Amino acid sequence: MGHAVLAEGLRKSFAKKPALDGIDLAVPAGTVCGLLGPNGAGKTTAVRILSTLLKLDGGRAEVAGFDVVRDAVQVRHRVGLNGQQSTVDDVLTGRENLVMWGRLYHLSRKVAEQRADELLAQFGLTDAADKRAKAYSGGMRRRLDLASSFIMAPQVMFLDEPTTGLDPRNRGEVWREVKRLVAAGTTVLLTTQYLDEADQLADQIVVLDTGKVVADGPPDQLKSKLGGDRIEVVVRDADDLPTTARLLGPAAEVDPDNYRVSVAVDDRVAALTRVTRALADAGVEAEDIALRRPTLDEVFLALTGHRAA
Amino acid sequence: MTTYTFVDTYVVAKRDLIHWVRQPVRVLSGLLYPIVSVLIFAFVFGSAMSVYGGGDYREFLLPGMLGQAVAFGTAATLMVVSLDADRGVTDRFRASPMSQTGVVAGRSIADLVNSFIEIVVLVLCGLAIGWRWHTGVGGLLAAVGLLLWLRFALIWVGIYFGLALKPEAAQASWMLLFPLTMFANTFVSPELMPGWLRIVAEWNPLSSTVAACRELFGNPGVGGDSWAAQHALLLAVAWPLLLIAVFWPLSVRAYRDLSR
Ligand SMILES: Nc1ncnc2c1ncn2[C@@H]1O[C@H](COP(=O)(O)OP(=O)(O)OP(=O)(O)O)[C@@H](O)[C@H]1O
Ligand SMILES: [Mg+2]
Repeated sequence: MGHAVLAEGLRKSFAKKPALDGIDLAVPAGTVCGLLGPNGAGKTTAVRILSTLLKLDGGRAEVAGFDVVRDAVQVRHRVGLNGQQSTVDDVLTGRENLVMWGRLYHLSRKVAEQRADELLAQFGLTDAADKRAKAYSGGMRRRLDLASSFIMAPQVMFLDEPTTGLDPRNRGEVWREVKRLVAAGTTVLLTTQYLDEADQLADQIVVLDTGKVVADGPPDQLKSKLGGDRIEVVVRDADDLPTTARLLGPAAEVDPDNYRVSVAVDDRVAALTRVTRALADAGVEAEDIALRRPTLDEVFLALTGHRAA
Repeated sequence: MTTYTFVDTYVVAKRDLIHWVRQPVRVLSGLLYPIVSVLIFAFVFGSAMSVYGGGDYREFLLPGMLGQAVAFGTAATLMVVSLDADRGVTDRFRASPMSQTGVVAGRSIADLVNSFIEIVVLVLCGLAIGWRWHTGVGGLLAAVGLLLWLRFALIWVGIYFGLALKPEAAQASWMLLFPLTMFANTFVSPELMPGWLRIVAEWNPLSSTVAACRELFGNPGVGGDSWAAQHALLLAVAWPLLLIAVFWPLSVRAYRDLSR
């Protein structure tokens, strides 16, 4: 199969300030693409253009085989969207919200009600189903909003920061729903600020920075480019910082304020053993030694040479 | 247009009407304003007001009140449209396969039902303070029809500005609407106003509908020196048509190109 999402040189400016500065995207059908980037990177703008909500200034894009400008109507029949802004109707109950969207996706009343109940159960909202959404907590609203975009299984699904504001258990729940959707054949393009989310779900990660693609590839490739996981050493005595940095190698980063030295490693446990031994041999007293995933900040630093704005 | 247009229209209208029914405080305060105004104008200002050409002020007043209530409906449409656009609702509507006609048709039905109830309440209120119509059921129905015709045209104005304005700005639309309903023949005959204001009041679309209602009800204050006043019935049909011709395409375009 071909590409479910294909974009070439997408360009969009707001008041002469470019939000997208010529981005290319190619998402094979049936896969998940994670669009990763900090605030203001252009993630939402990209999603809005691809889901026909926003006109583009330059370039072209095809979704599900149709041009987003010329064949917008065809595209709308084949995509689902969960935007960053909530669509939850406060005055309606959780169930009424879902039935309404089901009807608007042209399910019969009976099927819409059935689907609403299934989704309420899947998203852990059954107990609150008949309460007005006004009384929902932030996480519950987010889940209700997501549930409403999972009513149908579209050919291509756009999810704009689906798990922002959810606790870990509910994030896992959303991830499971996304995987289920993909297993049934939907192509998913999701935006996120969390590297682990992209890592968990995506077959391909595209990193955006101020409207430009700064990296594009499978998670493994991206991680090895970044040096994968990091070892972080916190020393007790600031005088030990230079020694520690030397021991960790030329790529080590020193954070003197926090007595911390960190470096990217790709052989995880072996590296941890090596570092622990080297520190002991050099007589450096470590407060803490930890192996951890790079943060988005570090990804950015590595890819762009500057911190995420 | 698809066969689903009707379903979409029904679902959207139902949503809007549920909003209305479940927020009784808003409904009551919406109805309270025109009722209180009728009472104030009838009993407080009434004695100081005179009708150009003679006649009972309360008979003159009620069609004006009806017109003002209809015009204020624009603010309600504007507010709801602006709120929906500000949340993700309008986006989701736009990115879905639902019929775009359905969105607007649903909105229109809900708003017209809304206005119709307001008109009924005001008419009852008028009857209570001594207003009468003198032309049989036909006259009453024709006048209500013209009021709803104007309301329908104003829905398009409301949609256009609702899409253009943020809810905070939309809230302020009252301030603009209020004088627009006063620089008209609603409460005072234009003949009694100074030069330029008089021309504005005579040609205000609201004046045409209000004058046509007075004519259809058989209430005083009909006619005048201006062409507009002498052709109120014609203009009460034509003005809304013109508003629709302008704001329908503008709204459709604003909806398509919405980017917030
Ligand atoms: N409607 C708009 N009008 C003006 N500027 C806009 C508009 N939408 C986006 N922008 C600007 O375009 C740039 C990209 O915004 P966008 O919303 O796409 O970022 P994002 O990656 O989704 O950020 P976030 O993580 O905060 O959601 C930002 O600088 C933003 O200020
Ligand atoms: Mg965003």
